Amino acid sequence: MAETLKPGSGPLDYGNRWWLKILFVAIFVALYSPIFTLIAFSFNTDKRGVVWRGFTLDNYVKAWNNSALQEALINSLAIAFIATIIATIIGAMTALFLWRFRFPFKPAYEGVMALPIVIPEICMGVSLLLFFINTGMMEWSVGMPWPMNLINIIIAHVAFCFPFVAVVVRSRLVGFNRQLEEASKDLGASEWQTFWNVIVPFMMPGLVAGALLAFTLSLDDFVITFFTSGPETVTFPVKVYSLVRRGVSPEINAASTVLIVITVIATVIAMKLQAPQKSGEG
Amino acid sequence: MAESIVSLRNVTKTFAGGIKAVDDVSFDIAQNEFFALLGPSGCGKTTLLRMISGLETPTSGRIVIGGEDMALTPPNKRPTNMVFQSYAVFPHMTVADNVAYGLKVTGVPAEETRRRVGEALDMVKLTHLAARKPDQMSGGQRQRVALARALVKRPKVLLLDEPLSALDAKLRDEMRLELTRLQENVGITFIIVTHDQDEALSMASRIAVMDRGAVQQIATPSELYEQPASRFVADFIGKVNLINAEVVSSTAKKLVCDAKGLGKVELPHEGKAAGGTIAIAVRPEKLKISEAQPKAAKAIKAEGKVRDVAYYGDTSHVVVRCNDDLELSVNVQNDSRSGGSGVERGQKVWIHWAPEDTLVLTE
Repeated sequence: MAETLKPGSGPLDYGNRWWLKILFVAIFVALYSPIFTLIAFSFNTDKRGVVWRGFTLDNYVKAWNNSALQEALINSLAIAFIATIIATIIGAMTALFLWRFRFPFKPAYEGVMALPIVIPEICMGVSLLLFFINTGMMEWSVGMPWPMNLINIIIAHVAFCFPFVAVVVRSRLVGFNRQLEEASKDLGASEWQTFWNVIVPFMMPGLVAGALLAFTLSLDDFVITFFTSGPETVTFPVKVYSLVRRGVSPEINAASTVLIVITVIATVIAMKLQAPQKSGEG
Repeated sequence: MAESIVSLRNVTKTFAGGIKAVDDVSFDIAQNEFFALLGPSGCGKTTLLRMISGLETPTSGRIVIGGEDMALTPPNKRPTNMVFQSYAVFPHMTVADNVAYGLKVTGVPAEETRRRVGEALDMVKLTHLAARKPDQMSGGQRQRVALARALVKRPKVLLLDEPLSALDAKLRDEMRLELTRLQENVGITFIIVTHDQDEALSMASRIAVMDRGAVQQIATPSELYEQPASRFVADFIGKVNLINAEVVSSTAKKLVCDAKGLGKVELPHEGKAAGGTIAIAVRPEKLKISEAQPKAAKAIKAEGKVRDVAYYGDTSHVVVRCNDDLELSVNVQNDSRSGGSGVERGQKVWIHWAPEDTLVLTE
């Protein structure tokens, strides 16, 4: 008669061990309690935001009516929007190029392309700042009408966002059945028709996921934006930072909550679209 | 033979690294033929098919389809269409859109497209699934989509790359019948690539057997089975008992040889006189098995012990060991309900067959 295993002592029953459960809860609390506190206090009636006094939505109204915050939010959205479009196009082209062609030093190129993902943001911020100063773009952009005065930030955001798009799209392309492309040509389609009718629809989930990723990265970027923004151009995270220095107000909590919600929604959609799909096997 | 629709002249394909996938292949395929390229994996049959479709370019040689040299014609301009091994049905399009694709991209008017798509779906009996997406369909249905999508273009030649290999056994038999019927109905030349001899024998009107990039023999299925040109073909098509033999004497009509483990045998022989080492071959179903020594004087005989009996329902495969050099497989029809093959393992039996059922293979 074989010994029966106690519940939780099986090799893969980690979830049933009490100390693992405690560890799990502890990590969860450490990670998310600050965020939930922030969200909770955005509904607080207390002006200084230290003690809970009652529920209100006033903070959201006040944050919405704060013209400086509003301007910063519009800037952020505009930058994220434009940078996402450009980064998605460049990223998709990079991914296609790496997927389609063989050329000397390809692994090296792939590594260099992904460098902005791993380079410390502070270094990228400094290098981009130096670049914009030396090319005179820092001064030049100040006098431009909106949204051209954001051009430095947009360029900086494209630079660090497009590798993410490229990586996501490239991993999608790995699952592409080359026979689909051949079938399209065999049926009379030209190279260009094949690209738009077969390859682009296949890439679409990757493109959307990459774009949403780029959007969230751009929207909440602080370090690089801080370095590359001019005196007149303020983005939402930078504005929040400057407000916090004068003391935390529930208004900032409310504004931050909005940013969290936007980011989480975009990320969830991106993850959904990246989930493995059967559709590529044809 | 009718006018040829596809002709290959000295077609050779060398891949990077110097591997010759197809080596100096020349043959003609007639209008309306159901032609099979048969061979073990890696024999170059798929490469040859891809060269006909234009997806691969020959290193040298000429491919003529419908009287036109195809050297400079890209795949999208050729009068051929292909059914891919993976079917390659476009996953993001409905069945109807898949079938319409080839007409849309070449600018066929919408009205005509609709009509032809309807006809094509009808032909493969998929009309009721026109609005479905491929991921909601079975492998057999997807294959029909791929077929309709190719046939709707009305190609001069339809190319099929291992079309049945991904289907389960029952569906395969059904599809095999359907393909032959379809080919008769549409009157288009079919070229099919397969590694499965049953598929080739049962469907094709002519078969080219390929090995290591070269064509070994082109013949009708029955010729291929009964008169294989070489040891490779005899061995590849069906089961065969191959026996090495030394030629003792040979005339234009008769050949006497010393077969390994069998002794001197006299065989009818046509054509050139042969010499040296040859192989004689006999199919398992041509062998007779009996307990007593057979009386027929002219028959080739051997005595042995039954080593193995495998029961397959309609037939039994019996392996008889005659001596250290000779082991023969015999197919016995189980035509009475009581007996099965009527022999048991370890039993002593006689085997005999008619000399004219023996193949002489000089290559």
